Amino acid sequence: MSQLSSEAAALMKPRKKKRKYDYRRYHPLLIMMIPGLIYILINNYLPMFGIVIAFKEVNFAKGIFASDWVGFKNFEFLFASNNAWIITRNTILYNLVFLVLGTVLSFIVALMLNEVKNKFMLRSYQAIISMPHLISWVIVSYLVFAFLSVDNGFMNRTILPMLGIDEDIYWYTEPKYWPYILTLVDLWKRVGYGSIVYFAALLGINDEYYEAARLDGASRLQQIWHITLPIVVPVIIMMAMLQLGRIFYSDFGLFYQVTLNSGILFSTTATIDTYVFNGLTGSGNLGMSTAAGVYQSIVGFILVLTVNYLVRRKDRENALF
Amino acid sequence: MKNESPVLTWISHISLIALSAACIIPFILLISASLTDQDTIIKQGYSFWPENFSMVAYDYLFARGSDILRAYGVTVFVTVFGTTLGLIITLLMAYPLARAETPHRTLILFLVFFSMLFHGGMIPSYLVYAKYLGLKNTIWALIFAGVLTNGYYIMMMRVFMQGSMSKDLIESAQIDGASEYRILWSIIIPTSTPILAVVGLFTAIWYWNDWQTGMIYITNPKLYSIQNMLQRIMQDIQFIQSNLQANSNSAMAQMPRDTVKMAIAVIGSLPILLAYPFFQKYFIKGIMFGAVKG
Repeated sequence: MSQLSSEAAALMKPRKKKRKYDYRRYHPLLIMMIPGLIYILINNYLPMFGIVIAFKEVNFAKGIFASDWVGFKNFEFLFASNNAWIITRNTILYNLVFLVLGTVLSFIVALMLNEVKNKFMLRSYQAIISMPHLISWVIVSYLVFAFLSVDNGFMNRTILPMLGIDEDIYWYTEPKYWPYILTLVDLWKRVGYGSIVYFAALLGINDEYYEAARLDGASRLQQIWHITLPIVVPVIIMMAMLQLGRIFYSDFGLFYQVTLNSGILFSTTATIDTYVFNGLTGSGNLGMSTAAGVYQSIVGFILVLTVNYLVRRKDRENALF
Repeated sequence: MKNESPVLTWISHISLIALSAACIIPFILLISASLTDQDTIIKQGYSFWPENFSMVAYDYLFARGSDILRAYGVTVFVTVFGTTLGLIITLLMAYPLARAETPHRTLILFLVFFSMLFHGGMIPSYLVYAKYLGLKNTIWALIFAGVLTNGYYIMMMRVFMQGSMSKDLIESAQIDGASEYRILWSIIIPTSTPILAVVGLFTAIWYWNDWQTGMIYITNPKLYSIQNMLQRIMQDIQFIQSNLQANSNSAMAQMPRDTVKMAIAVIGSLPILLAYPFFQKYFIKGIMFGAVKG
């Protein structure tokens, strides 16, 4: 009965007219969302107002609203120092390298997973190569330390003597090695995970394409070249584009924990995130850090919007919104 | 006839075995290092096959096990409580957003979505939780300033529900007089178990691995989670190292510090590694699920 009447009502209702909500009937659906909405308001929206603090002389005792206004002074200090340039350059360059190398390597590994037909082996490979993704950066920092410790590390005590180098390398105080170390560690943690993401995309390709190609006498390599790549590469480029929108955000754990937050390494390991954090914990300049945080939020937001706009123009389906 | 090239398959197997080895080898070094005799460390450093094995580091840690046990207690409590509460909140957000009848759905969707795009950042968040909510140095900071729910989880669950829920079933339940709560409990939850498992697992891993929240909000060592303890030990042993010459005969010199450091990392990572075989299926499923949705 109620079903019939609602159908009739839907038919009679003119299209385009603004929907009247049936609160009496559906208010429970709103009630359900109360806890989540409260959490999102406190956790995500309240801090957005905190952005004004970049224009104030930060004083934790006084709080956000009672602190004194200083206008753009925090930003002036930040950009007058060399720091703004270093942290921006590091954040962007590392992200670019990680993105390009990570995408290419993950995709190659995904193609290899696709060649493994033995179910047990396939599952074992997937489980093992995604394991680094499961481990916290704190644990990773210990793993790296086992290799790089000056006194006991595997590098200094086993590898370097094998190569005939007698002098110890002070890894944690030599900035020049860190671009390589951080890239290697990042790839170690991410390639397995990324390959499973792309492997999922490969599984989506209809088997009939391969079947038809095989009947035409195409080798497996030719199938990969003429079927797999043309279908999957555009999707991967879109995914990489979307990640490009996050280029202003660095993986805090990698840059803070794996480097043991060694200040001497600042020139090659400081990113916007570590800079903001060090300001908060007192080992940096708080005013400049808040300014850096706002700089990151705003530029990051603009980048996400821009990238999404570009992706959307090319391929609506893969855009975020 | 199978559609494969033996050469390609073999190249793939060999490369994947090499990659798997690269993923495991650092853990083996960690374990071997933790089991090395202190004198052997001086001769050999950390190595994969130490000349002399020793459990000294573990004996030392077990002798002062209460700190480690407490840290595990904190981690387990935060993970269980945070995951349960977070899953309930995520479910209660995702389901109404999946239903077309929900009043103001588009507005709320936008609120959730915008929260994924724009962040106030670390310092304003700190002010909210520490200054205005007074959560500094409480266990609640670890739970609420963590990832109770977020836009990605909500959207992921919502998309799954839109695909899995049956409009007809909901309508017939409504005709039978079932309340919206009843529909959620008896119809939606049973058909959503895969996504509940995936989101629950990812939330749990997040809480288990979280050290950043503790670093910001916790200064009382009694409230350290296992990750925070590991993080602190990494810093403190360095501190001891740099001050060792000054008091080399003190009790600190007795501690087999080089191996203790490795042993505590083994103890800190063992539970999740041992549990991994049992949940790896869902872990990989979860990674793939996130992938399909972009």
